[in-house]
Amino acid sequence: MDLHTVPTSWYLILSALLFSLGVIGFLIKRSLITVFMSIELMLNAVNLSFVTFAHEWHAVKGQIFVFFVMMVAAAEAAVGLAIIIAIFRARATLNVDQIDLMKL
Amino acid sequence: MNSHLHLWLIPVLPFLGFLVNGTLGRRLPKALVSTVALGFPLASFLVVVRAAVIFLSLKPQPIPWLITYAPWINAGPLHVNFSVALDQLSLVMLLIITGVGFLIHIYSVGYMAHEDGYWRYFSYLNLFLFFMTVLVLAENYLLMFVGWEGVGLASYLLIGFYFDKKSAADAGKKAFVVNRIGDVGFLLGMFLLLSQFSSLSFFQIGSGLAANPALQGGILTAIALCLLLGAVGKSAQIPLYIWLPDAMEGPTPVSALIHAATMVTAGVYMIARTHAIFDRSPFALAVVAIIGAATAFFAATIALVQTDIKRVLAYSTISQLGYMFLGCGVAAYSAAIFHLMTHAFFKALLFLAAGSVIHGLGGEQDMRKMGGLRKHLPVTFWTMTAGVVAIAGIWPLAGFFSKDAILYEAFQHGALGKALYFVGLVTALLTSFYMFRLWYLTFMGDSRTASHSFEDHGAAVHSRSDSKLVLEAAEPHRVHESPWSMLGPLVILAILSITGGWIGIERFGDFLSPVVGPILDPAQQSGGKSLDIGLSVVAVAAALIGWYIARLFYRAKNDRPVRLAASASGIYTLLEHKYWIDEIYSNAIVKPLTLASRYILGWIGEGLIVRGSAWLLAGIATLLGELVRRWQSGNLRSYSGWLAAGAAALLLFTVVGVVLGIGGVDIRMVWAGH
Repeated sequence: MDLHTVPTSWYLILSALLFSLGVIGFLIKRSLITVFMSIELMLNAVNLSFVTFAHEWHAVKGQIFVFFVMMVAAAEAAVGLAIIIAIFRARATLNVDQIDLMKL
Repeated sequence: MNSHLHLWLIPVLPFLGFLVNGTLGRRLPKALVSTVALGFPLASFLVVVRAAVIFLSLKPQPIPWLITYAPWINAGPLHVNFSVALDQLSLVMLLIITGVGFLIHIYSVGYMAHEDGYWRYFSYLNLFLFFMTVLVLAENYLLMFVGWEGVGLASYLLIGFYFDKKSAADAGKKAFVVNRIGDVGFLLGMFLLLSQFSSLSFFQIGSGLAANPALQGGILTAIALCLLLGAVGKSAQIPLYIWLPDAMEGPTPVSALIHAATMVTAGVYMIARTHAIFDRSPFALAVVAIIGAATAFFAATIALVQTDIKRVLAYSTISQLGYMFLGCGVAAYSAAIFHLMTHAFFKALLFLAAGSVIHGLGGEQDMRKMGGLRKHLPVTFWTMTAGVVAIAGIWPLAGFFSKDAILYEAFQHGALGKALYFVGLVTALLTSFYMFRLWYLTFMGDSRTASHSFEDHGAAVHSRSDSKLVLEAAEPHRVHESPWSMLGPLVILAILSITGGWIGIERFGDFLSPVVGPILDPAQQSGGKSLDIGLSVVAVAAALIGWYIARLFYRAKNDRPVRLAASASGIYTLLEHKYWIDEIYSNAIVKPLTLASRYILGWIGEGLIVRGSAWLLAGIATLLGELVRRWQSGNLRSYSGWLAAGAAALLLFTVVGVVLGIGGVDIRMVWAGH
């Protein structure tokens, strides 16, 4: 292993930490915006591990996949924010515990 | 040559009448409905007459006249065709059915004039003629069975003609169900015939029997008894006679046509038609004779005390059919058919006359409320008198000749025959008594009609014994003679009832002998001609005694009937309640059956299987729904929690599973570059 480079496992640990942070944020935060940002965090954690593995195995497929994820995330961000704005206009709140109209 | 007879027209013409009236009748004017309803049966009658004329002019007569129109069933060795046969027997039957049938159609025009469902009535009546002519024209058992079932259907429809009245609807159902019991016998008989002769054609079976003279009893007894069960159901004999009295719920012309003159005689016709089988089984013949004699006597005793004019006639019909069975049972088929013919005349006459009385009184059927009608209904009175004298068997009217022929043949038929002869003789006395009782109660003495039915009735009902009134006219209802459309058939039938017997059993027997075998010639029997005459005198004497007793009891109002009823109150009650046969059947058969079906079908079948399985499925679904519906909380963080838990579970599975060796994806392998 090259001493001048950061070991691969460090990238993966970082990725796991970021993903866990995203999951925790997704689970415990009440603000819809924060939940949304947590999703983005998880996506980027996954992107990081993709890139890591692509570099490790010299496989360009992983890097291409990252572009796909970023593109979908951008589209998702556009639609998601539009929905959030619409919800806020209708309910005047972004607390996910109060947005429960689908409850039985 | 055969095709010139156009036999197919005989059933098809009434069927056309049925189709026209049945489909368009509701919209057609009454006059057109009547024209259609009368025209087609008349045309059918004319075809029969023409066939009869051609048939009789041929010498030697071809027997039988077979025509096959189309194949019906071709299955292996079994061939059944749409084929008809004209011989002396079916010719006599056809003449009775279409002739008397047409007269009753005419009568119905007058009788049903004020009824709702006029078109319905006539389409059913034409349908009946269609099936009845199919029945007697059929050349094989299966086609006969089609007619057999069809007349049952027409009978059901017409008994239940007033279907809004519960008793009528029930009576129709009863007739249908009781007839089904007999039909089981007919069907089993057909299956046995198929297994024995592998054919259902009358004439193939006949030639098969002729080719095998050693075949006696055994399977033939079984076949004969099965067929007899069918005949007993259709012809209202013990033990299946119970439907016929109730069938009087139908309109009176229907009682005359179907439940007296034609349909109920189908059983007698069937036995005469299949006599080759019965002839080979003395046991089955004895059963026929005993059933006939027993029914004749039994029904006559019930008729003694009935007060409803139509019920008396119904039991009288059962009793007379018993005579016909007695005739068949002593192998005197010509005598039975002869009685069938004369009975068709006088019983149709009696029913139609009774209908005329009922019509005149505005729906009254209780003889205790009649009396003295001779002045009001002169034509009805005289024609009915002819019918009463004819059925009583008084010389020289029709009933005398045919009944005498049966009694004579029975007397000459061994010891059993002699015993049954005496039963028949006593029955003749009873017949004469109850018919003259009816005659005196209805026409003689003082009027017992309740005054309101003369003065302020204000409405007329026809043949409806319940109190539902059909408004006819605003003015008070008066006893009135019927219109000529009703009286015309009465007069014709009265003439036939008087003269119908003059053919004589000798000539009639000779005519039928190619089909049903010869009758006994008195001159060559023990006792010779003088015994024949002696027995006739005894029979007429019995009838006259019956008349005398009836005269004593009912000519003028006296207390003799009441005293007699009081002195033998047990027997009187027994007769009045018709031996409680309906109640016995109800308690012994119907109620156990309905109870059993309630428990077996109701509890196990419907309760356990149908409802149980439905509840079980619904219960499982409900339970699962209760369990999983908590997940659908609508709460986003709850969903996300489950999502994370699921992802964690998957992750755990892939990692821990590999460690424990129970599956999953080994990341170390991936790591190693595989």
